[in-house]
Amino acid sequence: MPAQRPGNTLAAGHSGVTGETVSALPTVEVPDRPAPARPEEPREVHVGEPLPKRRRYGGETYFKSLTTVGGSAVLAIIAAIALFLIIEAVPALSANKENFFTFTKWSPNALNDAHFGIASLAFGTILSAAIALLVAVPIALGIALYLSHYAHRRVATILGFAIDLLAAVPSVVFGLWGREFFAVPVQDLSIWLNKYLGWFPLFASDGRFGHSVLLGSLVLAIMILPIVTSLSREVFMQTPREHEEAAMALGATKWEVIRTAVLPYGRPGIVASVMLGLGRALGETIALAMTLGSSFVISWSVVEPGGNTIAANIANAFGEANDQGRSALIASGLVLFAITLIVNMTARAIVRRRKRFLAAATT
Amino acid sequence: MAKRIEADNVTAYYGSFKAIEGVNMVIERKSVTALIGPSGCGKSTFLRSINRMHEVIPNGRVEGTISVDGQNIYDKDVDVTAVRRMIGMVFQRPNPFPTMSIFDNVVAGLKLVGVRRKGELQVAAEKALRGANLWEEVKDRLDKPGAGLSGGQQQRLCIARAIAVEPQVVLMDEPCSALDPISTLAIEDLIGELKDSYTIVIVTHNMQQAARVSDRTAFFSLEKTGDPGRLVEYDETQKIFTNPGEKRTEDYITGRFG
Repeated sequence: MPAQRPGNTLAAGHSGVTGETVSALPTVEVPDRPAPARPEEPREVHVGEPLPKRRRYGGETYFKSLTTVGGSAVLAIIAAIALFLIIEAVPALSANKENFFTFTKWSPNALNDAHFGIASLAFGTILSAAIALLVAVPIALGIALYLSHYAHRRVATILGFAIDLLAAVPSVVFGLWGREFFAVPVQDLSIWLNKYLGWFPLFASDGRFGHSVLLGSLVLAIMILPIVTSLSREVFMQTPREHEEAAMALGATKWEVIRTAVLPYGRPGIVASVMLGLGRALGETIALAMTLGSSFVISWSVVEPGGNTIAANIANAFGEANDQGRSALIASGLVLFAITLIVNMTARAIVRRRKRFLAAATT
Repeated sequence: MAKRIEADNVTAYYGSFKAIEGVNMVIERKSVTALIGPSGCGKSTFLRSINRMHEVIPNGRVEGTISVDGQNIYDKDVDVTAVRRMIGMVFQRPNPFPTMSIFDNVVAGLKLVGVRRKGELQVAAEKALRGANLWEEVKDRLDKPGAGLSGGQQQRLCIARAIAVEPQVVLMDEPCSALDPISTLAIEDLIGELKDSYTIVIVTHNMQQAARVSDRTAFFSLEKTGDPGRLVEYDETQKIFTNPGEKRTEDYITGRFG
């Protein structure tokens, strides 16, 4: 028999049983509990008495409104940001003499003669984020699998801690390191890539190497590595033991267990972690402002000096921008906002489709 | 097909805890052997030792030898995956791969050994599903998720998956404990059919089930909590349930302890 505490009439009140049945439950007084807060309200059900009334303004109601307010605040903030971006962007956009979406240069400051467009910045943003993902995701998944399935527990703990530390390094430090130190080996790598794979557009160069998209992307890759690693590691560790054992009992090797049980189970989580990394890569500002060459051309070459992103350009150009220039930068921010929104929604759609397959499986 | 298993002085540990001690047992080919006993007596541990699945548990290890047709599966040079392919296993809870279709579940083991040809896989899948008495129920929806089947069907799917790689031995760890009585009956019938081709070892908590499906029964028990489990008696099922040689066996099967 469950001991009914004073104040806990919920079970009795909601079970819909008659008063007699309820009173058959023993009412055990728990001494260390304070007496009911409002003694005028009936706390216990006695034979023949009506069931206690539902309380209209209990803690339940307050807590519910508190969470509702919290939830709607998120929506309100997002709407406010979008509204701010749109309103602030309109003056520059209407003064712009060029097509904002196709023009590649950025000179928005001259009154009555503003020429700016998002094309090269958006291209650079997506290119550098894509390369960063291409480099970081396989490595991150490899580390995550090593940590979750291969490494000795103590090694895994230490290494996991180190990875989390990597996530804690401020991006300006990454930028400095990338600019002053990492640039040298990346330049050597660029020369090597150009020498042997120069026929491939990404590695073409007119002989100059330096603060290139490759440098920025590799720094970005290091920055998103910890996010993708720790999230996918969590997902891999949640693989149900029974699925792994099912694969093992069929004679699967470790890698085959990972392929048949761990990766399929973790796929939605992997997608989510990659998308989070992508979000970080798209929005990363200062590290890229410091490592990229800040050019305004659409070029597929990642080894030549150059490259720029929306966020890096905002950081670089904000200081010398006048009101109109700022308005133009805000317009570029609006585009970045839209890109990240699309990325996030795509990620959610992918995860949801997967969920629907699993949900269909269990009904 | 179907091989004879000899366990010689098998002792299994979880870390420093000794779960079973000194089990000696000969399991005949093409027979059903039931392992019964109270919770914690080590019957599942022993079962998992037979296909080297005990050692996948952290700190799990086994001493002694288990031979299949004279070959010690615990020999240092033996490929563990080959052992597990030869000795299939069905688990307590049905565990089809959740992201795979019914068809992919059945042929998962075959794909692991490198069978890729569609036609070959289809023939094998139908054979295994027929063998598991599931073909008629799923033949029109082989591309649907395996997890969409009922619990009993899922368990038969797991049996199909286990027999698709044509093992010599099939181990079953309380295969019916998560199933309703009708599904249980279907599995029990299936066990009766499977023993024509395979050596079957089944752990069960249900003594009627042991009596119904098995040819021989092994009773495991332990003195008290913390002690290792031991094989108390191993004999013809008929004899265990009508005229057991040990007092403790009799106490257990008549429900006086455990």
